Amino acid sequence: MAALPAHFAAWFAKKGWVLRSHQHEMLEAAADGVDALLIAPTGAGKTLAGFLPSLVDLSARPGPGLHTLYVSPLKALGTDIARNLQAPVDDLALPVTIETRSGDTPANRRARQREMPPNILLTTPESLHLLLTDENSAVFFRTLACVVVDEVHALAGTKRGDQLALCLSRIRTLSPARVVGLSATVAHRQAMLDYIGSAARLVEAAPGAAPEVRLLPPPGTIPWSGHMGLQAAGAVLACIRQAGMTIVFVNTRAQAELLFQEIWKHNEENLPIALHHGSLDVAQRRKVEAAMEAGRLRAVIATSSLDLGIDWGGVDQVVQVGAPKGVSRLLQRLGRANHRLDEPSRAVLVPANRFEVLECEAAMAGVAAQALDGDPPGPGGLDVLAQHILGMACAGKFLPDDLFAEIITAAPYAQLSRSDFDDVLRFVENGGYALAAYERYRKLFRDAEGYVYVATERVVRQHRMNIGTIVEAPMLKIRLVGKKRGFGVPLGEVEEYFVNLLTPGDSFMFAGRLLIFLRLRDTVIEVAEGRGKEPKVPAYEGARMPLTTNLAARVRAMLHNAGAWGGFPPDVQEWLMLQRRRSRLPGPDGLLVESFPRGRRWYMVVYAFEGRNAHQTLGMLLTRRMERFGLHPLGFVATDYVLATWSLERPYDIDRLLEEDLLGDDLEAWLETSSMLRRSFRQVAVIAGLIPRHQPGADKNRRQVTVNSDLIYDVLRKHQPDHILLRATRSDAARGLIDLGRIAALLRRARGRITHMVLSRVSPLAVPVLLEIGREQVQHSAAEEFLLAETEALVAEATLESPTERKFIRSPRVRNMLVDPP
Amino acid sequence: MTAAPLHFRDERLMLDPAGAAFWPAKRVLIVADLHFEKSTSLAARGVLLPPYDTRATLERLNRLVRLYRPKKVIALGDSFHDRSAAGRLSQDDRARIEAMAREAQFIWIAGNHDAGPTGMPGLSVAQYREGPFTFRHQALPALGPREIEISGHFHPKASIEARAKRVSRPCFVTDATRLMLPAFGAYTGGLDVHDPAISRLFPRGLRVFLLGQDQLFSFALEQLGRMAEVA
Repeated sequence: MAALPAHFAAWFAKKGWVLRSHQHEMLEAAADGVDALLIAPTGAGKTLAGFLPSLVDLSARPGPGLHTLYVSPLKALGTDIARNLQAPVDDLALPVTIETRSGDTPANRRARQREMPPNILLTTPESLHLLLTDENSAVFFRTLACVVVDEVHALAGTKRGDQLALCLSRIRTLSPARVVGLSATVAHRQAMLDYIGSAARLVEAAPGAAPEVRLLPPPGTIPWSGHMGLQAAGAVLACIRQAGMTIVFVNTRAQAELLFQEIWKHNEENLPIALHHGSLDVAQRRKVEAAMEAGRLRAVIATSSLDLGIDWGGVDQVVQVGAPKGVSRLLQRLGRANHRLDEPSRAVLVPANRFEVLECEAAMAGVAAQALDGDPPGPGGLDVLAQHILGMACAGKFLPDDLFAEIITAAPYAQLSRSDFDDVLRFVENGGYALAAYERYRKLFRDAEGYVYVATERVVRQHRMNIGTIVEAPMLKIRLVGKKRGFGVPLGEVEEYFVNLLTPGDSFMFAGRLLIFLRLRDTVIEVAEGRGKEPKVPAYEGARMPLTTNLAARVRAMLHNAGAWGGFPPDVQEWLMLQRRRSRLPGPDGLLVESFPRGRRWYMVVYAFEGRNAHQTLGMLLTRRMERFGLHPLGFVATDYVLATWSLERPYDIDRLLEEDLLGDDLEAWLETSSMLRRSFRQVAVIAGLIPRHQPGADKNRRQVTVNSDLIYDVLRKHQPDHILLRATRSDAARGLIDLGRIAALLRRARGRITHMVLSRVSPLAVPVLLEIGREQVQHSAAEEFLLAETEALVAEATLESPTERKFIRSPRVRNMLVDPP
Repeated sequence: MTAAPLHFRDERLMLDPAGAAFWPAKRVLIVADLHFEKSTSLAARGVLLPPYDTRATLERLNRLVRLYRPKKVIALGDSFHDRSAAGRLSQDDRARIEAMAREAQFIWIAGNHDAGPTGMPGLSVAQYREGPFTFRHQALPALGPREIEISGHFHPKASIEARAKRVSRPCFVTDATRLMLPAFGAYTGGLDVHDPAISRLFPRGLRVFLLGQDQLFSFALEQLGRMAEVA
């Protein structure tokens, strides 16, 4: 029985705290020497529960050397927790040293930490990987007793989580450390437990007070489409006015910029309202966070950049503008308000359109039922494995058998086959190509006894510069230089492509300001403040999260059950009743498909509710099949809720169109040209180390000359289609961007239960998706060809074709300057 | 594949969507920036890209040679990624080049990557003139009177704002006196035509031909000069 030592008990008493039962259970788990996963709501004293056993142990057996390692997805969390831990350490006069380590830690301190590690070190998965690649890692980690992994739910199932799991497998070889996970409430408990350790003990805290969530429809008629929610800016401002401090969450960085501008247009009292998203300069973000902490702000407009993070006690309201996408995600956001366990957090949902009203209603019901969602973590990425193997070779020689045995102790790699491991190892060694071109350039050597060594010091240096599993599009920094030239103020960064859309003098919105583009200098976009007509808003590649399966099922069930509509805004009730009269409502089972003529085309709307990614893929496959059926499809558009296609001919035999074999040959043929796979390949190639992000000796301030991953993809696919990285790309894409699992589930659900409504005109429920046509991105390369041709024709139509002009352009001098039809 | 005609005075060039130009009157095929053996060159720096780039480039070139039956093939420089690249060619790839060189005369123009002679069959020159055209690796800022220049070097690409999407492709760049070819090599990236390095060569605006799967897409880009002034 683990009791709290007297001086700790006295400290608790002095603070007016009582030891909570989950904190006690964590002490017991430590006494029993078992791994543990603590699931607790925010405000339950989770962090203290995680560290208490270490503090108690260090107090009883002080000594030099690393005792506890804390890993979290955010650098800022480590810093904040270091500060919070210092309080009990000071109050109790414990002989404990605490330090943080991240990419920002100065080199001299990092060197000193390697020589003289603190008792408690707070770090990130990437910095931990780096520590483990050090040749002295065996000595460094020898004394380690405990690893605390914070926000496990945000790591498990991601590539960063895969990397951390591999690091933990090595730590278990180097030390007898226990692993302790801290997590918010999760849908897949067993998976989280497995992630922490094969025999980890589950410790659960009592749930906090249920959140109070209300719906705030936008004023006026509820929009049919659009996702920005700008119409609600005034109403959101009114919410802000009524609370102490509010976080206004949105779904994209572009939406954050636009909503911020719109709210300030209404903000006549000049309430202090700030902006926070992942592309803003770090210093600017820290400034906003500090102002929140000091209570100097009334509101922050934020993206997922504030989903996780340190505890700002002062936030007492959360507003979500736009679709919540999933119950777990919404709960995570709601948890940002009010960190006192016994009081409910207050939240307001502001849908941007009619479907989002339904989604918000479903999410509120899901929150009330605590019906958490999200995909269970899948198998670990082979690209991450490649990075890990090279890292372990940097640490010292190894036998492949030993490393394989170690790796399969990590939950994401428990099912890894030996042949995949060997293929990844061969890739790391010499590229793993069928053509033996790189014998001279091998990264790893094997000796007669079978030990694997890293070939040169340069390989180690290059690896250290390229670790990490977060791959972003190439970015350019933005600097505000004003009228005078000079160094200027860093504002943040945008994706490289954006600058190609700008001409000097163009204006755009960024960091909550209206900016004028002056010039591009190396990797810096120089701007001044100023207003131009029609400012652009930079968009970012970042994966848009699709609607979760759970939430979609709730929306379908609600649509079907008219009894549940009573609380909906009148516009939405009318809309649904009209749909019921004119067509059908999609139900919990089966699949509703509508077709109707419009203009000189036939539209077909599939009410699949499987999320945007799955619908995109389904659209590609379905239009291919329609082509074969002779329907002459012309295009399609996908939203989170439905897929709409349009064709010259009237769709028939819908059951055949949507048969399960859709995922057979059509899928293979489409994958050949899919740009989704190119995007996935880029990530895989960078993480696996095929395309380095940084080269030793390269100038950081110049644009890196990198090889275009699309070109490599094309060549590799043609000449070695079974290469391990192509296999890794396929499995990544199948889970993420092309979302095959959900399509398969849909086709199964629909089999024999498709309701096809042939209508004379567009149905009320189909209006939103038709309004999306033209706004949506078109994803595959054949569509690109189509768009180019269309644009070319438009330009030609607008600029040419009067007889005098034709005469003029016959003169050879200008001929080349004008359109010359191929 | 539909090639697009392009006229300079009385001469007609055909721009092929594969990224090459053909001059029918003299049966000359023109390609730029082949960058053979880029993969093995990068391998020495620890980047082990798939070593199939030379083969892929040669297969594409061979397809054009079979299609156009040229008398001459002009490679506009940077045909080899570095000075020792020719020595690293695999036997198969070397045989592919030799086979093509038996059908057409190869003119290897020196580039910045492959300044010296390559030891390949054909003629190695700094630049080459024929008819009204001067073929060189990198465009000169100022051209001689009545000179028409055909060059490579910059690996031009352009982005077009189409409906709902920005499409970026390698492209030919031209005005009344110049033609700049896209890079033909398998692993060659690109430089946007808005970059001052390219746009300052076309002060009166330029026309781009974006490479498509089997046709070219042509656009006039007028205001590029502005960028050069401010930058």
